[in-house]
Amino acid sequence: MAKVPVQFTLNGAEKAEFIDSGTTLLHALRDKIGDTSPKGGCHQGTCGACTVIIDGELRLSCLTLAETCNGAAVTTTSGLSEGGVLHSLQRAFLDAFATQCGFCTPGMIMAAKVLLDHTPNPSREDVVEALSGNICRCTGYEPIIQAVLTAARSNSQNAV
Amino acid sequence: MAIRRGRGVAAINYPTGMNLGGDPTQALVHSTPTGNFMVTLSSVDLGQGMKQIMAQICAETIGVPTDRVVVDTADTDTGPHCMGTFASRGTHRAGNAVIQAAREARQVMLEVAAEELEVNASDLETDGEGNILVKGAPQRSISIFDVALSAHFKRGRSISGRGMFLIPRSYPEKETGAMKPSTCYAHACTVAEVEVDDETGEVTVLTVKNVFEIGRALNPKMVEQQLVGGSWMGISHALYETTEPYYPNRDHGGTDFNQYLMPGPGDLAQTEIIVLERPSADGPYGAKGPGEMCANPQIPAVANAVFDAVGVRIDTLPITPERILRALKAQAPN
Repeated sequence: MAKVPVQFTLNGAEKAEFIDSGTTLLHALRDKIGDTSPKGGCHQGTCGACTVIIDGELRLSCLTLAETCNGAAVTTTSGLSEGGVLHSLQRAFLDAFATQCGFCTPGMIMAAKVLLDHTPNPSREDVVEALSGNICRCTGYEPIIQAVLTAARSNSQNAV
Repeated sequence: MAIRRGRGVAAINYPTGMNLGGDPTQALVHSTPTGNFMVTLSSVDLGQGMKQIMAQICAETIGVPTDRVVVDTADTDTGPHCMGTFASRGTHRAGNAVIQAAREARQVMLEVAAEELEVNASDLETDGEGNILVKGAPQRSISIFDVALSAHFKRGRSISGRGMFLIPRSYPEKETGAMKPSTCYAHACTVAEVEVDDETGEVTVLTVKNVFEIGRALNPKMVEQQLVGGSWMGISHALYETTEPYYPNRDHGGTDFNQYLMPGPGDLAQTEIIVLERPSADGPYGAKGPGEMCANPQIPAVANAVFDAVGVRIDTLPITPERILRALKAQAPN
């Protein structure tokens, strides 16, 4: 079958690939483009490990067809650091010991980023709600919730 | 019909590692030409922090900063033999093997330094920051960087060591069946407070207070992280998780993460962790295995709390609303 061209920006950089029609964005990112930060946990939209941001919206890349992303702006966890400096969420996850095996971490950080983009000073309930689509096996969630709240506080301090 | 509150307590002893025919782990340590140290293992880091702990143990034994140690756990085809990362054995077994290997490497390192400084190796000590000093005369010193260069390019020595830790097989006594399955036990105690809705059978864990005795906490923050996650997982085992809810009937098993239940971020009990450190006699720097142990005491504690709340003993996990309602019905006078 003929390959399908797709073109979108990934973390600000232009990407163009020929893919099989029906290829998921997760597969295209990991196996064609080489950005392995989104993880394939369940491949059916129930675990959240593959979460990415498409045009500012939270999306499950395992349920998104790559060919629907033409012209879109895709953001993954690997695009968050700037000039070797970690994003405030990445720093907060490290400091709070909010990651163990690390498999859920990129999806958690993407979910938290969209939350903080829209709600810079979230309540604990806001954070719980924002993370409710992401499954973690190791941490018991509490360190992750604390990391997101800490990142929000450090963002607002830096904004002053 | 009411929401009823209950409190339960449970305490456990938990073996570090297992013994089904001997339980070995081996380790190799060698220096690079610039005096960094490589630990080679087949033990796998599952995310619990094995690499960090082994780097700390190696660094402490050789006398260098932790960031001078690289741990390679890449390949069980090429690495020294390890039984595996399971049964809470990683820190204890691999840690002991790394200490032995690092001691041998340290001895070679001191011998090379002794030749460079023209003193006896037994008169040397490390400062923990990358230097080797003459005891009592610290102005006479050499950096481990220079010692490694000398060993590699001048003296033809390999600064390396072999480590082996084996818990030998324990055979049961014929008369009594007594045996020694483990040499080292961790301990824990949990108090859980729950609310049980005796109309719906739903259990809410309000608080869970855990005390863990885990030997020396080699990395206290990583221990805390594992215990907090483990406590959550214990509640998950007690109330949520099963692949076969009607075992041995295999119907109605969960088929995906939507149906395999675990408490989410909105279902968390208020959790308290207290760590008691009583160094073990045969552990690396006194460590025991906190891994699996930390997810165990919550289960009987929650079962006891449910009994305290509504007076039914649930002896099949998980303690689902259905099991509680069936038990309440069976108990009710007709």
